[in-house]
Amino acid sequence: MSAPGIGGGHLAEHREEGALATLRRGLRMMPEFRRGLPATFALALIATGGRVVVPIAVQQVIDRGLTGPGGPDLDLVRNLVLLCAAVVLLTAVAVYRMNVRLFRTTETALAGLRARAFRHVHDLSMLHQQGQRRGSLVSRVTSDVDQLSTFMQWGGVLGVVSLGQLLVATAVMAVYSWQLTLLVLGCFVPLALAVRVFARRLATAHGVVRERVGDVLAAVSESVVGAPTVRAYGIRQRTAARLDRAIGRHYRAQVAAQKVTAAVFVSGEFVAALATAAVVVAGVLLGLAGDITAGTLVAFLFLVTLFIAPVQTASEVLNEAQNAVAGFRRVLDVLATEPDVRDPAEADPARARELPHHPLGVRFEHVSFRYAPGARPALDDVDLEIAPRRRVAIVGETGSGKTTLAKLVTRLMDPTEGRVLLGGVPLAEVSFASLRERVVMVPQDGFLFDATIADNVRYGRPGLTDAEVLAAFAQLGLSAWVEGLAEGVATRVGQRGESLSAGERQLVAVARAYVADPDLLVLDEATSAVDPATERRLTHALDRLTDGRTTLTIAHRLSTAERADEVLVVDAGRVVQRGTHAELVDAEGPYARLHASWRRSAAGDPQQAS
Amino acid sequence: MPRRRDAVVRRGIRHIGRAIAEQPGMFTLAFVASSLYGGMTVASAYVIGEVSGRVILPAFEDGATTAAALTLAAVAIVAVAVLKILGILGRRLFAGIMGYRLQADYRRRVTGQYLRLPLSWHQRHPTGQLLSNANSDVEAAWYFVAPLPFACGAVVMIGITAGALFLTDPLLALVGLVVFPLVFVVNAVYSQAMSPRMRRAQQLRAEVSEIAHESFDAALVVKTLGREDVETRRFTRRAEELRDGLVAVGRVRGLFDPMMEALPNLGTLAVLLIGAGRVAEGATDAGDLVFIAYLFTLLALPIRAIGWVLADLPRALAGFDRVTPVLDATGETRHGREVAAAGAGGAALGLGDVGFRFDGAARPTLSGVTFEIPAGRTVAVVGPTGSGKSTLAGLLVRLVDPSEGTVLLDGVDLRALREGEVSGQAAFVAQGTFLFDDTVRGNVTLGADHSDEEVWAALRVAAADDFVARLPEGLDTRVGERGATLSGGQRQRLALARAVVRRPRLLVLDDATSAVDPAVEARILDALRAADRPSTVVVVAYRQATIALADEVVWLESGRVLARGSHEQLLAEVPGYAALVHAYAQAEVAA
Repeated sequence: MSAPGIGGGHLAEHREEGALATLRRGLRMMPEFRRGLPATFALALIATGGRVVVPIAVQQVIDRGLTGPGGPDLDLVRNLVLLCAAVVLLTAVAVYRMNVRLFRTTETALAGLRARAFRHVHDLSMLHQQGQRRGSLVSRVTSDVDQLSTFMQWGGVLGVVSLGQLLVATAVMAVYSWQLTLLVLGCFVPLALAVRVFARRLATAHGVVRERVGDVLAAVSESVVGAPTVRAYGIRQRTAARLDRAIGRHYRAQVAAQKVTAAVFVSGEFVAALATAAVVVAGVLLGLAGDITAGTLVAFLFLVTLFIAPVQTASEVLNEAQNAVAGFRRVLDVLATEPDVRDPAEADPARARELPHHPLGVRFEHVSFRYAPGARPALDDVDLEIAPRRRVAIVGETGSGKTTLAKLVTRLMDPTEGRVLLGGVPLAEVSFASLRERVVMVPQDGFLFDATIADNVRYGRPGLTDAEVLAAFAQLGLSAWVEGLAEGVATRVGQRGESLSAGERQLVAVARAYVADPDLLVLDEATSAVDPATERRLTHALDRLTDGRTTLTIAHRLSTAERADEVLVVDAGRVVQRGTHAELVDAEGPYARLHASWRRSAAGDPQQAS
Repeated sequence: MPRRRDAVVRRGIRHIGRAIAEQPGMFTLAFVASSLYGGMTVASAYVIGEVSGRVILPAFEDGATTAAALTLAAVAIVAVAVLKILGILGRRLFAGIMGYRLQADYRRRVTGQYLRLPLSWHQRHPTGQLLSNANSDVEAAWYFVAPLPFACGAVVMIGITAGALFLTDPLLALVGLVVFPLVFVVNAVYSQAMSPRMRRAQQLRAEVSEIAHESFDAALVVKTLGREDVETRRFTRRAEELRDGLVAVGRVRGLFDPMMEALPNLGTLAVLLIGAGRVAEGATDAGDLVFIAYLFTLLALPIRAIGWVLADLPRALAGFDRVTPVLDATGETRHGREVAAAGAGGAALGLGDVGFRFDGAARPTLSGVTFEIPAGRTVAVVGPTGSGKSTLAGLLVRLVDPSEGTVLLDGVDLRALREGEVSGQAAFVAQGTFLFDDTVRGNVTLGADHSDEEVWAALRVAAADDFVARLPEGLDTRVGERGATLSGGQRQRLALARAVVRRPRLLVLDDATSAVDPAVEARILDALRAADRPSTVVVVAYRQATIALADEVVWLESGRVLARGSHEQLLAEVPGYAALVHAYAQAEVAA
């Protein structure tokens, strides 16, 4: 495709962004999330309120039920316990309602985010410029969002509840004894300060683990995808050693991360014990001074555990939150990336133009294109005009710029300088709806979806009946081929069309382009060898397809160039020769050289090639 | 249905047993640490109870206390906490190590099988499946190990608690006898309700991912036909199904969590109710009551660990069930004891009545293939698509074994040769090249001892020296995963250099130059022929240039050798051959 090493379009990256900034950015982009949030928080308040009921009950039972002035008051105890039981049950119901609400809103919001990110990826040019990065784009609408959802399913709930519990416990503690509350808070201040350091440590440790996972995946794929190579070269030991190393490194990173996690977790536990001990000592002294009662002190000890639990949970949640926020950031970065090419109809439907309804001429006005600023131009000041209905073959070495030319005509990218006009209309002003209807590209691999042949053809024009699809195949001279298939047009093509041969996939792709009925066709010819029978069918079908349409073909074969009305020879980003095949063969220049090499390879005379 | 449920429980317990049996040491350490943690959790409640009963309440009653009593209370609280912390550290660390070791161990075993099993086994299994067997399935199989010792510790803790309850007050113990079994029941019901919902969510996740993969792969088609909206609708539909699936999971979990929280709370209240009566009767004292009430609040978390393990077991079993067939697969390639003749020139090849049939295939891919290739000859194998050319090429280097007949290298059956002999004598370059995530040098030498001069010489033969010289770090440039940073033609040329550098006595090229420019291809083949020590070359070819280079052509049709001879001979005598070669020439030249 494009020249190796050059890649256009990069994702916006916010690696240094803080977690809170990411969350704020995310909330802006997920309007569904805010809907119904106040009610959820109200439920959360009830839920956390319910948690302090039991310590209060313990205090009341001890102070008033057992050690009250009139001796044990069992009626009071019974009433208290029944009241508290009712509150506990009510709390459970509130937590359930809150959980369900929270799950529903977050999952709805995430589904929306997923869909928007998916759509946005299609608007970005990275997909067709950097094949090898597709996997990472897929993960942004799959595993990154999944991770976020998994986190929200427990971490999010825990986070909300913990925060509420922390606040309520603090408030109740303050009511019982402000002095002891200050003491407890004082114990936790160093911990709160240390959290930032912990978070960074955890993030680093887990970052290493993630990296090692990637290495393991790569090593495993060597043993699977590289299976023939491993056997043919007898390098089983070496491959096993590489695997062993990757697995070992992953294991060690996991253990290292686990050490950090455990250390962070117990630091909360230790502080909690210190706080409890301090409360006992200070509480007794305060009690002797007459400031608090015995029940208050015991209840306070319970409250301290209520206060500690969310702190510990927070350190757990923090752990997972690191990963979730990183995933969130990656998804948001997709959405924050500006598409290089925009539909003018999106900005202002009134000003977007339609392409005229007749075979389209193509005009390049001083067009240059660079894949990155400062990079060598892939196209350099190309100025040319192609008359309507002409069938033009573009030839040139790999990396000469012929694919770039095709991408500019189809407006997969915009030129860095100059402009492209179709039928006299500047391409940048044409609405996508009109552009995609009138200009169709048949890519090299003729990608097919995992569906039937008819479905794949219908992709070019939705709503076609099977009979119409069959008719299209007939018009392309492919009836015999379709009828020869096990289930005709209802034959399923398998993943990426793999049940068909490369040539047969091309046939379906041609039919798909044919039913789309464009006025300008851009064909990227396949390089792979096709068996002769299919080759003949394909040539015939392509003749029918291109008949009467302006056609630009990126040609890899001499036969295609020979049949074209005109040949453009591209070299180092410039059109260096132009003319009919016959004219160019006789002229001095790159085409004659290319032609000679083609002929030699086909005629089978390698001795002259070197 | 109930029987299946039993089976899951039984198999789950057996799976837990397997984990323990494989890592007994780590499990014991983690279990001891968990028990320490559990014991100390109970102890911390006991200490709080004792501190209340012996220090706090007397102090308030008497209006005085001693520094010694207060110090003792504080030291007891902190000391118990420190022991508890040691328990937590040990539990987390040893449980973590146990789980990670199991993961690493099974990854090694699974990938060991991948390397050991014959290629025919690989061909029967989709790549994606094998990758996830070694990664996510192994992880899923042992994920439950992390909370396992915690859960076992919780069981111990419940035992201790029950004991402490009976010792303190048998009546209060009855409360425990109601609450704890209830916790188990809720847990069991929960994991039963979760597993089908989790499975469905997992399935939907995979489907969403499949659509994203397909749609992004199809980007050019989607975009140039303006079908982004159609694709987004298709994706959104599945994403919404996934959302509903996840909400269904959340509903169950959302119910479970508050129940697990309410149960110990209700237990505490019951303890207060009954305990107050007992205190009034004088059967127990307030300190014991506080101890027991405190214990119940502390138990909430560890009891959940049991739930974590139970909830994860179905997933673990599903993962393990996917890994087992790989581990149990047999069919290792057997090797003989013979040593190949170490000649200087090319190897002689002989095929005697060779047949090959893929497992379950109705027709054989190859049958009755018999021919000999004298040492140092170059032979082209030509035939229509599906005639068995690639299978034949694979047989020559023992990537697969013939179903019938024998393949002889210098007169010795390939199966009789010692391991490593075939790959020592022969080099094979496949149609789809595979590069390792390594440097250019590493990809050429594959760890063997070749000097840089030899590597450069091989690169020169493969017409790869120019582009390698231009790479930022030359031979030390890393090529990325599967050679992602290189073009298809560059990858093929590196793969060729990898074959050439070993100076093989037999070189088998299976359409290995398809992505290389014809002129470059001719240069490569020329250089191969001009080598000072020409090897025997078998080349599966399409292009006339390649065919014309061969001393002899073998014409393959429907798995049989229908003719052999020189290119000219076959052109004149075999109509099928003439038609095919002519058709390719037509396609390329349209003369």
